[in-house]
Amino acid sequence: MSAETSSAGVGPVEGVSLYDVDNPAPVIEPPRKRTSKTPRTTRTNFELYGWLFMRLSGIVLVVLVLGHLLIQLVLDGGVSKIGFAFVAGRWASPFWQAWDLIMLWLAMLHGANGLRTVINDYAEKPKTRFWLKNLLYTATVFTVLLGTLVIFTFDPNIR
Amino acid sequence: MATPTLDKAEKSGKGAPEPGFADSPYIKVTFRIRRFNPEVSEDAQWQDFELEIDPKERVLDALHKIKWDQDGTLTFRRSCAHGICGSDAMRINGKNRLACKTLIKDINPHKPITVEAIKGLTVLKDLIVDMDPFFQAYRDVMPFLITKGNEPTRERLQSAEDRERFDDTTKCILCAACTSSCPVFWNDGQYFGPAAIVNAHRFIFDSRDEGGEQRLEILNDKDGVWRCRTTFNCTDACPRGIEVTKAIQEVKRALITRRY
Repeated sequence: MSAETSSAGVGPVEGVSLYDVDNPAPVIEPPRKRTSKTPRTTRTNFELYGWLFMRLSGIVLVVLVLGHLLIQLVLDGGVSKIGFAFVAGRWASPFWQAWDLIMLWLAMLHGANGLRTVINDYAEKPKTRFWLKNLLYTATVFTVLLGTLVIFTFDPNIR
Repeated sequence: MATPTLDKAEKSGKGAPEPGFADSPYIKVTFRIRRFNPEVSEDAQWQDFELEIDPKERVLDALHKIKWDQDGTLTFRRSCAHGICGSDAMRINGKNRLACKTLIKDINPHKPITVEAIKGLTVLKDLIVDMDPFFQAYRDVMPFLITKGNEPTRERLQSAEDRERFDDTTKCILCAACTSSCPVFWNDGQYFGPAAIVNAHRFIFDSRDEGGEQRLEILNDKDGVWRCRTTFNCTDACPRGIEVTKAIQEVKRALITRRY
């Protein structure tokens, strides 16, 4: 008798269902489903600007990144020419400084915004969302600031 | 009518070896249906049903045959059965369609035909899902005429061109085939979904309506049109042939152009 009770507590006995009309199985709810209590509009244009930024920065990045790859990897001896001297020579000119700075900022923000939408799409729990986005923003700010610092404080006579 | 009787007499008169079989339009089709009954088990499972059916019949007819002749516990929604009420959207061979508008001959009856509930909504039993979140999103875009001022004493007139502007989105029957085919909706039910945006579009671009700005503001939210990834699943799924993704893009464009 006691053995039967314990086995019923553990799981379904073979051939006998745990569920019946009065005790139906749980159904699988969709993640974050919309109810009448779902918060109403936040009245900001953030998502609009985010969407526009992706389109505009994408266009600019096509030119910047393809140009960058062409100069660095294809023209004039290809990748073998790149060294400290090559970078130092390039960053002596404000044009290339500006190019790299804009490319850094646009690429980082473009990628970060893309990842933000991926997290929004796929993270189901609010806590997972929060921490993934925190990690993303921290990494983005760190990389952008470090890169900016290097571009502006680069010292060709560092040796 | 006399003609079909004559036809039959002619055919059988040809002396086929197996009368009533060789020239029968009926073929054997296997339907693989995803069953779920919370009163029996917590797991959904595929069940095969074999039946002889005319391939020119619809999937809904096959479901009826199964329910009426083989297994009365098979549960699905259908009301008008002629593609207008939008009750019987289901996932047939991995694609969202209306069972009442899908002919068996069009979906390769030589392989088992899979039928399951639409995705992204709670399955309550067999092919029936909880549509509440879907209709909540629909309600949230205020799908009704909003006007200011006094009511006119006669009908609100509109030019043919103005009517044409939103003609495509008036065709929606709220079957949820689009919304439940949207990967963004699958992963995050807070997204309004294509159907709600289509129905907002129907009023935003109606020259008689004055609530467009309010609706645009609602769809400008983080769960609004900007979450659309233009995967075009909704356009492919729509049994009414509405260009759903195009409608969503038009709402996006309206949001941008009305602000700048």
